[in-house]
Amino acid sequence: MVQSENLEHQRTKKFRAALMAKRGITYAGLGVWALMVLFPFYWMLLTSVKSYGEYNAEYVPKFYAGSPTLQNYLDAFNSVPLGRYLLNTLLFTVITTAIMLAVVTLAAYGFARLSFPGKDLVFTCFLALMMIPNELVVITNFVTITNFHLRNTYTGLILPSVTSVFYIYLLKENFAQVPDALYYAAKVDGTSDLRYLWKVMIPICRPTLITVGILKVIECWNSYVWPRLITDEEAYFLVSNGIQEIRENGFGRENVPAMMAAVVVISVPLVVLFLIFREKIMEGVSRGGTKG
Amino acid sequence: MEKNQYKGWLYLLPAALFLAAFLVYPLVDVFVYSMEEGYNFASQTSFGVGTYNFSYVLHDPYFLQAVKNTFTMVIITVPLSTGIALLISVGLSSITPLKKLFQTIYFLPYVTNTLAVGLVFMVLFKKTAYSDGLVNLLINWFGGESVDFIDGPHAAKMFVMCLYVIWVVMPFKILLLTSAIASVNPNYYNAARVDGTSSFRIFYKITLPMISPTLFYLIITGFIGAFKEYGNAVALFGTDLNAAEMNTIVGYVYDMLYGDSGGYPSYASAAAIILFFIVLTITYLNLTVSKKHTYY
Amino acid sequence: MKVQLENLTKIFPNRNKKVGGDVIAVDHFSFEVPDGELVGLLGPSGCGKSTALFLICGLQKPTEGKIFFGDLDVTKLPPEERGVGVVFQNYALYPHLSVLQNITFPLENLKGEEKLTKEQMKEKAYEAAKLVQIEELMERKPSELSGGQQQRVAIARALVKRPKVLLLDEPLSNLDARLRLQTREEIRRIQQETGITTIFVTHDQEEAMSITDRIVVMKNGRVHQIGKPQEVYDDPVDLFVAKFLGTPPINVFDGRVQAGKLCIGGEEVLDVPGVSDQELTVAIRPEGFLLDEKGSFSCQLSRVEVMGRDVSVISTHECCQGGTVRSIIQAENKVDLAKKQVRFTLKKAKVLLFQKDTGERIRF
Repeated sequence: MVQSENLEHQRTKKFRAALMAKRGITYAGLGVWALMVLFPFYWMLLTSVKSYGEYNAEYVPKFYAGSPTLQNYLDAFNSVPLGRYLLNTLLFTVITTAIMLAVVTLAAYGFARLSFPGKDLVFTCFLALMMIPNELVVITNFVTITNFHLRNTYTGLILPSVTSVFYIYLLKENFAQVPDALYYAAKVDGTSDLRYLWKVMIPICRPTLITVGILKVIECWNSYVWPRLITDEEAYFLVSNGIQEIRENGFGRENVPAMMAAVVVISVPLVVLFLIFREKIMEGVSRGGTKG
Repeated sequence: MEKNQYKGWLYLLPAALFLAAFLVYPLVDVFVYSMEEGYNFASQTSFGVGTYNFSYVLHDPYFLQAVKNTFTMVIITVPLSTGIALLISVGLSSITPLKKLFQTIYFLPYVTNTLAVGLVFMVLFKKTAYSDGLVNLLINWFGGESVDFIDGPHAAKMFVMCLYVIWVVMPFKILLLTSAIASVNPNYYNAARVDGTSSFRIFYKITLPMISPTLFYLIITGFIGAFKEYGNAVALFGTDLNAAEMNTIVGYVYDMLYGDSGGYPSYASAAAIILFFIVLTITYLNLTVSKKHTYY
Repeated sequence: MKVQLENLTKIFPNRNKKVGGDVIAVDHFSFEVPDGELVGLLGPSGCGKSTALFLICGLQKPTEGKIFFGDLDVTKLPPEERGVGVVFQNYALYPHLSVLQNITFPLENLKGEEKLTKEQMKEKAYEAAKLVQIEELMERKPSELSGGQQQRVAIARALVKRPKVLLLDEPLSNLDARLRLQTREEIRRIQQETGITTIFVTHDQEEAMSITDRIVVMKNGRVHQIGKPQEVYDDPVDLFVAKFLGTPPINVFDGRVQAGKLCIGGEEVLDVPGVSDQELTVAIRPEGFLLDEKGSFSCQLSRVEVMGRDVSVISTHECCQGGTVRSIIQAENKVDLAKKQVRFTLKKAKVLLFQKDTGERIRF
């Protein structure tokens, strides 16, 4: 009896040891990837506070800054128009997102709530448009914008990206979940369609709208290809183009710390946005993200 | 409620106009461009109609280089990133403490400007007059020779490229796989555990089939995304990708369109259409395979 | 306000092209609701009663026919100009607005001279809230209310514009049994206090019978019978109405008439003078059975359910459609469970005869 209990005890012990080992390996593996993700961020922060002299004197780079300095940040704003890039990007992001939300909301509402002849057919056509890759249409869009003399203007930057079939689809699905009865109730009281959209639909579907908005902000902030095609004047560069410009022509020769300072400045807004809206962004991306 | 039938169209009008101008018309136009031979951007005239543009692109060594690079990258990054993401997601799903923290960290690359962070990778891997760079010093420490990953041999550059691409695409995959694993009904696990099924078997026989739709979705979008890779290459090797021999198909399209080598929308269109058909074929193959292996 | 429907017809084009044919939701519907009455539109689901309601409030336009409120033809008027208040089946409260905001919502749509100030709106909202006794809930969100409270908010919202006609779509279907009883009294009280002509739609005959002044029994878009609840119950025009009204439901038998005698199975159960010899359908209300050892109608006894005041005798009969015969007798009558057979005499007024093929009533 005692013996069997002992055996049982040993078995549990063995089992627990195996469990602990497994857990240890899991955490180690997860830790390694976390390190891989974080290290570039650490390195850019670290390098950005090393002085130019200090950085270039280190053949073996140090993992700490001997005499941290913010001089690089001043350089980043003073010797290249980083502030301009940021402002451009901010404007571009805000305007594009705002217009897109309006356009997409109206279209989604049209599909979800109103009935008119040909609606189903048009919706199918819209869905089919989702399959068109950007690479195919960017060529003509480039030509169109050029022909309208809209290069190096906000209009040219913004126009092609103010609609998204996918977001129309996402919102339409959400709008369709709002019970019909609410619409009827509003109609009985003589509420106009637009007022119903504004007073009932949008407040109820606000979470989805916020998600769509945030996803668009991320997309805008990081967009590179179109802005590069459409702008060649520095005054209209967005951060992505700006950082390329800095890399190739900025700061004289190879001022890596200043470059890293610029990278930090560019990265911070979105990281902050992410830390604030963590749940929303992750939920939104898992529902509607496309990057990857 | 039944009146004002045309009001519905009014709501669609802005979206429809934008889509027509910037999606439908260009889609038609790109095929027109690709067939117009000797198109001159300045005078907007062409000699005639034919398939010369395609034949030019297919014989252009830069294009062939770009195709080679793109395929190499797709073949390396898609399976690797999906596999690692699966491992990480399974690990993540098995723990409770620190889970949120890990998830947050893993998601960070998604919200960073990849052009900007690419510079950090460049700095880490680049060999300069002052320093061999952190990665090379590590290699030296293990007794290896320094390699210039940014301006050196093609294989080394491809290695950095793939590494960076994987780094960038991981957040999306981890996020989707983790939520797919989380949504598997725990009753299946409990039932299996009661039967004394080993945890590997549980993973292989229950988790994997249950998340197979997400997995295939990730593989399909992964292929599509990897074929369209461009920005990450620019981030690491600068805008002159042809010189660096690191161009991608999309990069080739843009180079043909604009910049120092640009001004040839016809060649760009032909290249874009070739890319489109490559992606279409691969996606079709993926879908065929996934239909056979998905449980839903 | 008197409400009058004339030949009201609503045809929906069929969406499913393969099946073809249009769906006639409401078929030449005519009736008149006298001022201040509470009328129930009653019928099984899909009978067109909700469509009829939507036609009356103006959310849908009739294919044919006219609607009058008083002497005014409102057929072409949009809902907001008809002066109707509607309580929807699931209440349709705006989930993001507080109770007060929900009730004032209809008032905010008023334009021009009718436009109200914030204070006036609030005053009116509180007036309506007081009527349904929810003044203390005004700052809550609908999700923080019980089903019964939501119901009251919906009624308050429908009443706040002082409608001439109040329409309720299945107002009790989402409430539990106890609340349902309570709420239907409440609806009756509010209707009588305000004197607003009220039409409500329900599939629950008990609900309709209990509180309405008049019921309209519908099926497949057509009106089968209109009348006071008790009249319709006692004197249905056809088998459908007879079957639809009454709990427990009426017992239906295959029978025949021979020489002025009604026969069910082999037994002559009742004298029916003046009915010609024919096969027909016999329907007997559960309360139409009297326990009588010498009775002419015999059934195979299955069991007895005691319900307090009454006793339900469950038995079977080979001619009974659906198999079991349910009769309700007073509790003092003892049923001998040892016997396999139970015998009844039938109350003549509770026995209804119908044509075998058309289901039309045969009076005798």
